[in-house]
Amino acid sequence: MATRQTQTLARLMLAPSVLMLFIWMIVPLAFTLWFSFQQYNPLNPLRDGFVGFANYALFYSNPAFLQSIINTLLIVGSVLLITVIGGILLALLLDQPIFGQGFVRILVISPFFVMPPVAALVWKNMIMHPSYGVFADIARFLGVQPVDWFAQYPLFSVIIIVAWQWLPFATLILLTALQSLDGEQKEAAEMDGAGFLSRFWYLTLPHMSRAITVVILIQTIFLLAVYAEILVTTNGGPGYASTNLPFLVYQKASLEFKIGQASAGGIIAVILANIVAFFAMRAVGKNLDR
Amino acid sequence: MARAISTKRKAVFTVAAWIVALIIFFPILYTIITSFKSETEAIAGFNMIPSGTMESYGAVQDQYNYFKPFMNSVVLSVGSTILALLIAIPAAWSMAFSPTKRTKDILMWMLSTKMMPAVAVLFPMYLIFRNLGLLDSRIGLTVMLTMINLPIVVWMLYTYFREIPSEILEAARMDGASLWNEIIYVLTPMAVPGIASTMLLNIILAWNEAFWTIRLTATDAAPLTAFISSFSSPQGLFWAKLSAASTLAIAPILIMGWFSQKQLVRGLTFGAVK
Repeated sequence: MATRQTQTLARLMLAPSVLMLFIWMIVPLAFTLWFSFQQYNPLNPLRDGFVGFANYALFYSNPAFLQSIINTLLIVGSVLLITVIGGILLALLLDQPIFGQGFVRILVISPFFVMPPVAALVWKNMIMHPSYGVFADIARFLGVQPVDWFAQYPLFSVIIIVAWQWLPFATLILLTALQSLDGEQKEAAEMDGAGFLSRFWYLTLPHMSRAITVVILIQTIFLLAVYAEILVTTNGGPGYASTNLPFLVYQKASLEFKIGQASAGGIIAVILANIVAFFAMRAVGKNLDR
Repeated sequence: MARAISTKRKAVFTVAAWIVALIIFFPILYTIITSFKSETEAIAGFNMIPSGTMESYGAVQDQYNYFKPFMNSVVLSVGSTILALLIAIPAAWSMAFSPTKRTKDILMWMLSTKMMPAVAVLFPMYLIFRNLGLLDSRIGLTVMLTMINLPIVVWMLYTYFREIPSEILEAARMDGASLWNEIIYVLTPMAVPGIASTMLLNIILAWNEAFWTIRLTATDAAPLTAFISSFSSPQGLFWAKLSAASTLAIAPILIMGWFSQKQLVRGLTFGAVK
């Protein structure tokens, strides 16, 4: 139906985006791949050269590497658990008839719009600070010893902050899905005497399953890359207790100038992200065939 | 009888929802409250009623020149969004109205670029930026933010454009409208709401981006993300000032976010949940 002229025009309109994104992606990635097989240190250029898989081996034998992978997975797993379960419960609550629903919704989604450095610093200083934070005030009120969160439970503290940022996202998406559930179906189930739990299990949860999948996949992409929250709170420490893979790569490149090792770590991060991306794309792709 | 139960039920749910909502919102609320305290008040223990002093707001401007990173954030987020729209509108348009066999693959591929971990290309990007003289420049960072949000912009616009019925285009063509007239008088008015929503969401995303904006800037182009991060050093521990700076940093985006809830769902799920 489209004439040849409009087809050519359509290609011309599409070309800039595709070309720019392609160059933007492929050039730096090629550099990273190349550097990952090099010994390269801007401070000590004498020893530069091709080293094969040595960087990958070094990265692998470094105890910080294994810990950073474990920490990365712990952050992703715990935050997903908290936000998905919390998000389902919150969405169910906000779907009920309540006074001031619009305003409650606004309060609940607000943390998502707070930039990561602000979220992390507010939690670090005003909420979780061992002497001046609100948690310490509560502890003193209850007569117990305040906890030094970032020293004693560094990874847990980071997880709490990140979960606080992402719970609104999960809630908002799950609530949107919940509200598209057919009211008549719910009523019919109620008339048939289905209790709240069985209605939830056999009707609501299957209806939300697609939204839950999307929440898990999209959050995973962002959670694999948590950076600013660690930078301004624990700085990866104590030791490597709260260092995830992106943060380790950053440390190797920007603080230790071990570009080869950092690049090898970057490639590993790409592989990790691609495993997730594979599943994410299939889930989103299904929607296109609709 | 039934009505009485439902009112009681509503009251119970209302109380529960408000309690949960206030707990979730508390860190933001307490930041706003603390911003109206003096520094001594801020560390004097839990207190929800501030003295109402504005000295912290004055101090962030006088001591840290707050206006500069704020303007950088405005320029970077708005600039990168407009640039991304200019590149993405023709692309989304062509895919929505002249789809080919490869349209779906191209869309999926664009999405896949978004999944690349930024940290994997940190050093090459640093090198490229340094050699082009773009480190700590607004132009460099604007381009960076444009490119990292471009896939989302194309996707969002595509899902909006696809909802414009193509029969209207055909009707316009039958009436003898030229391609140019078709774009200006028929398509644009229908596309404006979608474009506006996309713009809003992308300003939010660019404003809050906290990897490249911190790593590729020093002083000249540093936006609020980098500025606030500098408060993490021990000598930066002035809570009332931190709160004032934070409140100013999140207020505009918070308000925009409240208005863009629906678009947010759509944009961040790539149209999978509406």
